[in-house]
Amino acid sequence: MKKLFIQRYTDNQRINHWLVVLFFGLAGFSGLALFHPNLFFLTQFFGGPQWTRIVHPYFGIVVFLLFLVMFIGFWRINLWRREDTQWVKAAPELVFKGDEAKMPPVGKYNAGQKLVFWAMALSLIVLLATGLLFWQDWFANTVPIWIQRIAVAVHALAAFIMSLTAVVHIYAAIWVKGTLRAMTQGTVSSGWAKHHHPLWYREKMEGRSTVSRPQARPGD
Amino acid sequence: MSSLQSLDIAKRSATTTPSPIARERIPAVAKLIDVSSCIGCKACQVACMQWNDLRDEVGSCQGTYDNPVDLTPQSWTVMKFSEVEVTPGRLEWLIRKDGCMHCEDPGCLKACPSPGAIVKYANGIVDFISEHCIGCGYCVKGCPFDVPRISTKDNKAYKCSLCSDRVAVSQEPACAKACPTGAIRFGSKEDMLEYGAGRVSELKTRGYDQAAVYDPVGVGGTHVVYVLQHGDKPEIYSDLPKDPTISPMVALWKGLAKPVALATMVGAALVGFFHHMKQGPLEVPEEDEDYVPDGQPNVVGAENEKSAYTQDS
Repeated sequence: MKKLFIQRYTDNQRINHWLVVLFFGLAGFSGLALFHPNLFFLTQFFGGPQWTRIVHPYFGIVVFLLFLVMFIGFWRINLWRREDTQWVKAAPELVFKGDEAKMPPVGKYNAGQKLVFWAMALSLIVLLATGLLFWQDWFANTVPIWIQRIAVAVHALAAFIMSLTAVVHIYAAIWVKGTLRAMTQGTVSSGWAKHHHPLWYREKMEGRSTVSRPQARPGD
Repeated sequence: MSSLQSLDIAKRSATTTPSPIARERIPAVAKLIDVSSCIGCKACQVACMQWNDLRDEVGSCQGTYDNPVDLTPQSWTVMKFSEVEVTPGRLEWLIRKDGCMHCEDPGCLKACPSPGAIVKYANGIVDFISEHCIGCGYCVKGCPFDVPRISTKDNKAYKCSLCSDRVAVSQEPACAKACPTGAIRFGSKEDMLEYGAGRVSELKTRGYDQAAVYDPVGVGGTHVVYVLQHGDKPEIYSDLPKDPTISPMVALWKGLAKPVALATMVGAALVGFFHHMKQGPLEVPEEDEDYVPDGQPNVVGAENEKSAYTQDS
């Protein structure tokens, strides 16, 4: 007997996601280095302070383009539905008591995952738009200073929201056991799908009659 | 521009701990520019070029006497000429020497992300330390007077240093030294304000009722002060701001936002950690798992499902 898995992401989707992880990390830490003086030491990881200033915008643009690929593939399935609002209302029960029984049945993505998706997408658009406005090497000299002042503050705010979203996103993947497998191998166990995403599980298993139940579980 | 100074540093950009304060009795200095005595000869511009060894590119006439038309990385001071009629029918030629105002609360220093790239000396002079400048242009957003200029050649910010190298060895700034009419004076801020007050009362006897010293409180006062014939209308002097302050956007971004955002981000990670300590992981009950017989593909929906694709648990 072998455990059954369900393919959740293709190889290309995973490579795309890992590249987003890499460049988000580079853009994020190089940005933090210039945001708070106590984190200025992070510039040393990017070849020094000047280099940090030089490379940060390019990292940002790469994150945006890589996320755009992801966005095109996933925006439709992340559209908000009525059940998602119910899920959000029930979420404290799940987060603080670990009780998933009362949650409305979930498709491929639950409301929390959708919120992460949209928060990331919106933050990135704002980061790109504001970042270009005060990019000294290319544009800043042609943008009125009062606009740049708004841009720097909004850029920092969007980066802050995006960082918090990333913390939630990463922690959720650690908290819900079996999730990281989707990121590393592309598959999740059938039990994971049945438990956390029952509607998606049903859709994937449709027409499959010969799934044997574990009458004798390994280790019994 | 250079960090080889014998002046004490009172404030340092992107630095969260205090500067040395053992020496307390260092008098604040100021440069006074008496617009009412300026004849627009530009000797100050030439002296600035010469002392600081700067050579701007030769520009073209824009229809005014302003030459160059604006501050540049190579022109740290520029005479700005404006023709106004404060009283209708009576043309006045107002000539303002533009350049860094050396704010007591410098917006450039507040905005700068690079430790020690901008310093304020104990005597009040604000200086850019070029070797620490990273070329981000944040000082431009911080400055309420639109003074710093970023060079496209070396990505460094430049502005008037108030000849900090000369002041450090008890010399007056080059522009003050060169001024033929005494319109530019340099000394302790106290003395300059006293001299300015004298000039203002003189101007008042000559009919300039609104004459005043320009030392804007919004930036904590400045170490370059003007004597203006029309002190109630600074904006007629080529857009000298009436009540300059550090932009609230910059104040928020480089003030409260910095510690609050950092604490929240670290806090969020800590909340996650302790949530895990208390709640533990969200696990799938073993009985929810499905199994397939050995030898059968065990991945549903795999890209190459038709080949006998199997995955170990």
